[in-house]
Amino acid sequence: MRPNRFRLPRFLRNHKAAAGALILLFFLVFAVIGPWIAPYSPDQTGTAIVVGPSSAHWFGTDQLGRDIYSQLLVGTRGVVVVGFLAGAIATVLSMLIGIASGYLPGRGGESLSVLSNVFLVLPALPLLIIITSTQQSNGWVVILVIGLTSWAWNARLMRAQTLSLRRRDYIEAARATGESTSRIIVFEILPNLTALIASGFIGTVVFTVLTEITLAFVGISVSEWNWGTVLYWAQSQDALAQNAWWWFVPAGLAIALLGTGLALLNFGIDEFVNPRLRSSGPARIKTATGRRVRMRIGFTPVTGAPGELVPALAQDPEGETL
Amino acid sequence: MDVIAAETAVLEAEGLTKHFPLPASGRELLGGHARVVHAVDEVTLTLHRGRVTALVGESGSGKSTVARLLAHLQHRTDGSVRLHGQEVKVRGGRKLRAYCRSVQLIFQDPFASLNPVHTVRYTLSRALRVHGHAGRSRAELDQALTDLLGRVRLTPAEQYLAKFPHELSGGQRQRVAIARALAAQPEVLLADEPVSMLDVSIRLGVLNLLRDLKEQLHLAVLYITHDIASARYFADETLVMYAGRMVEGGPSETVTQHPAHPYTRLLINSAPDPERLGTGFGEYDEDGELTEEEDLGEPPSLVTPPTGCRFHPRCPHVMERCSTETPPRFEVPDPDGAPTTQWAACWLYANEEASAA
Repeated sequence: MRPNRFRLPRFLRNHKAAAGALILLFFLVFAVIGPWIAPYSPDQTGTAIVVGPSSAHWFGTDQLGRDIYSQLLVGTRGVVVVGFLAGAIATVLSMLIGIASGYLPGRGGESLSVLSNVFLVLPALPLLIIITSTQQSNGWVVILVIGLTSWAWNARLMRAQTLSLRRRDYIEAARATGESTSRIIVFEILPNLTALIASGFIGTVVFTVLTEITLAFVGISVSEWNWGTVLYWAQSQDALAQNAWWWFVPAGLAIALLGTGLALLNFGIDEFVNPRLRSSGPARIKTATGRRVRMRIGFTPVTGAPGELVPALAQDPEGETL
Repeated sequence: MDVIAAETAVLEAEGLTKHFPLPASGRELLGGHARVVHAVDEVTLTLHRGRVTALVGESGSGKSTVARLLAHLQHRTDGSVRLHGQEVKVRGGRKLRAYCRSVQLIFQDPFASLNPVHTVRYTLSRALRVHGHAGRSRAELDQALTDLLGRVRLTPAEQYLAKFPHELSGGQRQRVAIARALAAQPEVLLADEPVSMLDVSIRLGVLNLLRDLKEQLHLAVLYITHDIASARYFADETLVMYAGRMVEGGPSETVTQHPAHPYTRLLINSAPDPERLGTGFGEYDEDGELTEEEDLGEPPSLVTPPTGCRFHPRCPHVMERCSTETPPRFEVPDPDGAPTTQWAACWLYANEEASAA
């Protein structure tokens, strides 16, 4: 092993996080370059109607001879932008309201909790359908409505967790050490909420992507291309009955893959922020004699040759002071 | 003795009282009195430099609340706290930080008192930095950290600095917690049952460490415990609490060997002793007189504490006066007539006080 070999950041050394990040990166790249590398305009009609994948049309064509590959490429940007922006709005709101309502004593905290309960029962999807069908359907309206309606669940989770954290001994200990309140919130409480915040963010992104695709699928915001629009046309033209699998399978797989990537990232974050779930070093090690040993918790392999001393793994200071 | 005591007194509490309000029920909303838990009532104590004062009592007697009140983690309902003779009125902010520099608290549960997301290095450097003992450069900080860990005998320091709390044993964690308290270079250490969550085999090690630190750093230590035997081992002075009130106090040896208050006697007799096998609880020999076997009973409700002496419903020597008047502190005469500093809040000693005066 060369000493100055490139090393991944600790977070990405986790296999799940690395796989999730790779998938996400894949979609982010296509969100940026998709419209440039698309071979056709997604609206450009042609003479080859509902034909399967070929070298000219990688994912086939639809009922107007439009190229489905180009539609997916162009649609990626809409999916990613709406998903992440709405997820970011919802996460920031849930952090502010959740932690404040958990940490503030008395009336202030209670009223913020009531507010999140009210937003919890607001049905986001019907609300979206109403707003987007009356308004000129626009990406920003979708982002704002999803972002402003989907923070409440995470806010409640964060309030509950903050309530349980604020009376913990280590928070009291930080106060007894003389730390200021803002420092306690940001450096003592917030790191313990990282898993919740990250998983809340990723969960909201998944929810947002699905909501946006659902809206397009039911035919409400089909003016801009996204994966839902492709599925909308496939469904309305009976793609399944025509055996035109290329029409809906790539879009469905893209949705599933993005969801998987985000979920893997979520698991990775969870293991990263909770030191207890972190594995310490490689599980398989090579011994001096070249044998491979699998390390397990509560089991110290004794692999030295006979007569060779196996050094103790750790020294307990209690033994000396007794 | 009293002259020396006055000179070395660091932290004094007088009439310390804490009542926790209970959530109001329907009747109280309609105009009754709001109910409170009388966690601590009129506790008076003094901590001296270089001396260990033990506060002994059973669960729920309010001894941990006293520590939290002294650390200003909770606001007292009444009474006063004096640091170096100056009244302390702190609600937070810079004043609290200045107070924390002199008075530090060690928590009972080392598994809960260290933030699981921070390494030992972070926890200790914050404690050093908050009180300005971190030095100017990284090397100075490292030196301060090494000194701190060496002081609690976690050596070599480098082995522990990068560790997270979950990688340490209970005893090691408690040592880190003690190191965090020492980082402020305090004068007073409030140790809230520092060994009760530890394995029996390592308790003595931590207690000896605290004693050595007290001697090296000339600290005043408040040692809170439910184990009166460890108070005798560790403390110079022992105070006994029952149901939120102090009932007895004096030199540890006297209080544990010649307990004056009936509650202290019960407490000492309730400790398992192989030599008393089969004699039952609550039986004590006083003036050659064997009392009947007493039921230990239960501590009273702190919402509606008994009137007068709080121990009277359980006391084998209960008198009429006990249920009506709260006993003040009475000096307990030494059996040999020598001067004594032992006192008990019990009417049993009222007459002797009067005759002595």
